Amino acid sequence: MAQIEIDGKQVTVADGSTIIEAAEAAGVYIPRFCFHKKLSIAANCRMCLVEVEKAGKPLPACATPVIEGMKIFTHSEKAVQAQKSVMEFLLINHPLDCPICDQGGECQLQDLAVGYGGVSSRYQEEKRVVFNKDFGPLIAGDMTRCIQCTRCVRFGQEIAGQMEMGMAHRGEHSEITTFVGRAVASELSGNMIDLCPVGALTSKPFRYSARTWELTRRPAVAPHDGLGSNVALQVKQNRVYRVLPRDNDAVNECWLSDRDRFSYEGLYSEDRLNKPMIKEGGQWRECEWKDALEYAANSLNLIRQEVGAEQLGALASPSSTVEELYLLKKLMTGLGSGNVDHRLRHSDFSADAYRQGAPWLGRSVASLQELDRVLLIGSSLRSEQPLLAQRLRQAVKRGAHLNVVHVADDALLCRVAHKLIVAPDALAQALAQVVKALGERAAVDAEVQPLLAGIEVSETARSIAASLTTGENRSVLLGNVAQHHPRYALLHRLAQEAARLSGAAFGVLGEAANSVGAYLAGALPAPGGLNAGQMLATPRKAYILLGVELERDSYNGQQAMAAMQGAFVVALTAYKHRAHEFADVLLPIAAFAENAGTYVNTEGVAQSFRAAVAPRGEARPAWKVLRVLGNLFELDGFSQDNAEALTSEALGNTPLADKLGNALRPGMNLVLDKPDGGRLQRIGEVGIYQTDSLVRRAASLQKMSAAPRAWMHNSLLAQLGLSEDETVTVRQGDAAIQLSAACDDTLPAGCVRVAAGHEQTALLGGLFDEIRVEKSKGQQQTAEHTPS
Amino acid sequence: MIKRFKDIFVSLLLIELLKGMAITGRHMFSRKITVQFPEERTPMSPRFRGLHALRRYPNGEERCIACKLCEAVCPAMAITIESEQRDDGTRRTTRYDIDLTKCIFCGFCEESCPVDSIVETRIFDYHGEKRGDLYYTKDRLLAVGDREEAQIAMDREADAKYR
Repeated sequence: MAQIEIDGKQVTVADGSTIIEAAEAAGVYIPRFCFHKKLSIAANCRMCLVEVEKAGKPLPACATPVIEGMKIFTHSEKAVQAQKSVMEFLLINHPLDCPICDQGGECQLQDLAVGYGGVSSRYQEEKRVVFNKDFGPLIAGDMTRCIQCTRCVRFGQEIAGQMEMGMAHRGEHSEITTFVGRAVASELSGNMIDLCPVGALTSKPFRYSARTWELTRRPAVAPHDGLGSNVALQVKQNRVYRVLPRDNDAVNECWLSDRDRFSYEGLYSEDRLNKPMIKEGGQWRECEWKDALEYAANSLNLIRQEVGAEQLGALASPSSTVEELYLLKKLMTGLGSGNVDHRLRHSDFSADAYRQGAPWLGRSVASLQELDRVLLIGSSLRSEQPLLAQRLRQAVKRGAHLNVVHVADDALLCRVAHKLIVAPDALAQALAQVVKALGERAAVDAEVQPLLAGIEVSETARSIAASLTTGENRSVLLGNVAQHHPRYALLHRLAQEAARLSGAAFGVLGEAANSVGAYLAGALPAPGGLNAGQMLATPRKAYILLGVELERDSYNGQQAMAAMQGAFVVALTAYKHRAHEFADVLLPIAAFAENAGTYVNTEGVAQSFRAAVAPRGEARPAWKVLRVLGNLFELDGFSQDNAEALTSEALGNTPLADKLGNALRPGMNLVLDKPDGGRLQRIGEVGIYQTDSLVRRAASLQKMSAAPRAWMHNSLLAQLGLSEDETVTVRQGDAAIQLSAACDDTLPAGCVRVAAGHEQTALLGGLFDEIRVEKSKGQQQTAEHTPS
Repeated sequence: MIKRFKDIFVSLLLIELLKGMAITGRHMFSRKITVQFPEERTPMSPRFRGLHALRRYPNGEERCIACKLCEAVCPAMAITIESEQRDDGTRRTTRYDIDLTKCIFCGFCEESCPVDSIVETRIFDYHGEKRGDLYYTKDRLLAVGDREEAQIAMDREADAKYR
């Protein structure tokens, strides 16, 4: 500890802290542009110059460590003179276009110019002009305004993991630019907008649409990934104009992924369902809520009486709130059906009977940064949970070993210690190798032991095992690809064993905003009830869909659509989508920001939020719709009049931590089959901007999302007689779609990577099932017609 | 006693009446100061704050850049602006309304405008026949500006050295 004096105040601060941190602790503000608490120190803006006793020149507070007995003056004549001069230099080349600048009103340069600048400019010479670059659909650049603080550059290098921005040239000619002609593609790029202290980088979708002082901040929780980032919705006249992060070091720090930041655009899609609709004689007509609800309730009742309650099924989106899922479960139980599920993208439910609690991260989100050894299984982490990937990146930077067992070698933008990239059907095998290698050091559980017979341990698996047994903080994490995998139960059991053997915490990465909450709210099949897979494989007579866009949200869109044919379908949805083709009643529900509720994030923390804007059109919050349905069925316990009452009812009074647990009970029937080399398999992970209905309708994000292609290894391409960029026919089951072929030599052999969740690929079959690729007939014909 | 005789004398000679008549007579022949509105008008200051107008640049481009400072500064909250990026990339209003039934003609809007777009003209004798007539939309404000541009420009010119 060092005792120092700032502006006459005595302060004791930790050794090695900088003057700016010490001043912060003492409650003294020192102006700054380039300094940011989460970024490295650059000391290039010079705004934070302060006078230090016995130092000849003013010193930059952000880069000067304190020493015992230091006397610092932030408002002395010398300091003020220095700050004023720096401000004058900064303003020399800064254009006076505040009236048209989106940063106006929230601009650090504006604020500090008022506080520390002169009254008028002495500069008469020509100002510098920097030509604008295209940074892509999310970031608008006005680079003449840039003051070269390099926060965006450092963000790219240090947080986003890829240096997309850089400073070119020197002196007056220096400018921030992307690599020639390239747009910013990072999944965290929006944070540069927040970091930019001037209006050089602003939000493109928001551009010129409102002023910061017109907007009201309403807190909310982001609805796209298991992290549950804390966000502030900026609202004006009942419309969300912008989404910004709220600082919460336990969750998202001060960052926000682009998916959470720009998805609000989807709220204003023309696709929104504004009025309840009923299909009569094959024709849709808009109707009153009362009619629609009564029609739905009567029809469901009739079906229940005719064919029995087990012919009813309910499928919910894991992005629904705890309250909604709880009421849905309650409604189905009241109707006498146990067929409820939220795990639409899962394909293996055999671990259900052995689960002891809701699968969760296994440790706190913040502690991910302190990990020393990680085994990441089946996860395209950067697209699943961009900010968790960022946390792991920080851990790796600290020296952690990141080991990966996955089906594709996607860049995690940090050093990966060891990786096993295998085809989906060999994923369990690969994990078994790691378990066997770990078993060489400790005794493998008797349940898992038989599976390991005949497994040959590769060198990489051995290295992973060796890596996992060192270090202090260890985690084994199961990602979305593993959870959607047809042998999920086996993967889960093996990962659990790997964690046990290595003494690591075992975590399951939350798939959607409320995956953990859905388990806690009980949106799962009751004993004897059918799970999502069974409900779609053996079609029911009637379905209730809650916020689900079935063809794009389920493991096998084709099968799901087939199940809907001939069934009576009540769709509670915020959007018109293919439900038009198969549903019978469409009930408009409130989307994100319009709904009060609770999400339980992947570390098991419940975060409640209120509605920030009124629902569009006649849409109503889904929990209210379900409550009315409950009343129409004359069921008990549907009289809650606010979301808070429902929350406590749904989550109970016991601490949530008691209900979390990843370990499976022993007794599962485990079989590890040999990979079948003969067939082509699909790698169908869900694209980053295809995860749910809202983000799929966010126009700017969709511009960032590449069209799906059939990616395969060079050798496979050659084997099939295809060439890159050629249009090919991709078949799964009855569906055939045209995609362009693409070459990716990091993919395992025998695999075709066709992203899921896209409109084009919606009707293909299972995400990790067999797939066929052949030359397009149309293509061949055109090839014949073109003269060689 | 003397005073009484004096009063009678003054009354008999109608001196007070004549005095009054003299004033009347003087004013009868002096220059008239009554302004015969609307045929005649009083002189006005170039700073007069009357009906609002939105101006254009000589090339026909509207001046307003949708910075919304006038909306922010308006104490009566009479101004409503909505903005967007126009196809040519510039910042423009899609809506610029002044509710003249709210406006208190303080002139803050004009003072806050960085591009001299919103101005108050010398027009004060406008009227509306329906309630909505006093809700001036962007088109109407621009029309006022187009009509009065010569006068507006002259007034700004005259006041320029004091600003």
